[in-house]
Amino acid sequence: MMDSIKLHYDVPGDDFTRAGAASGDVKRNLKTLGISPSVIRNVSIAMYEGEINMVIHAGGGVIDVEITENEIIMTLADKGPGIENIELAMREGYSTAPDNIRSLGFGAGMGLPNIKKYTDEFSIDTKVGEGTTLNLKVYIQ
Amino acid sequence: MKVKELAEKLGLTVLTEGDLEKECTGCYSGDLLSWVMSRAKENDIWLTVMGNVNAVAVAVLTDCACIILTENSVLDKDAAIRAVRQGVTILQSEKNAYELSVLISELI
Repeated sequence: MMDSIKLHYDVPGDDFTRAGAASGDVKRNLKTLGISPSVIRNVSIAMYEGEINMVIHAGGGVIDVEITENEIIMTLADKGPGIENIELAMREGYSTAPDNIRSLGFGAGMGLPNIKKYTDEFSIDTKVGEGTTLNLKVYIQ
Repeated sequence: MKVKELAEKLGLTVLTEGDLEKECTGCYSGDLLSWVMSRAKENDIWLTVMGNVNAVAVAVLTDCACIILTENSVLDKDAAIRAVRQGVTILQSEKNAYELSVLISELI
């Protein structure tokens, strides 16, 4: 049985050029560990969407990843404005992203729905004015 | 069909060179990155007007075969640097996504 591997990333706010650094690094680590491509794809897409959300909405945040024998556990925490209406935020096509973000190819209202789609376990803790934490798990088949 | 042959047959400009031997098995067209991320498949040719660093990140995450920037859309300098570093092939064409899709469907 392998020991779990723990990774920590600081996601800088309002810097789109660095978004993707954390998910890219996790992808490389998972490849080295010989994890299946479909699991790697699911983890990296979920994480990248999370990173982008942090940059667009929350002024950055922190991501902790734990890779165990059976699952990949991701915790994405920010101290942003929180989500007022989770039901709406989870609806495909609903977005509060401003126009300048849309011109970069984001703001399609797919972020949280994509994260849910690509993870096996998904929960959101959010409080308006305090921040949002996503707890995600992807099982290793 | 390999990326290299695709570029030759369609007369595409090579802006950044990744793995030109990569096999192209499908094609996806779109500019909304989250949409593309959830739908494009590995080894797809991705047609888009998005030539920014985020498009490069999406190409890496989806393991697509290459990006073709349609209608001569521009590749940002930062994006070119990242594409080279991450081994993403970016091609460019004066044709639009529809015209390219028609041609690609005859090739793959």
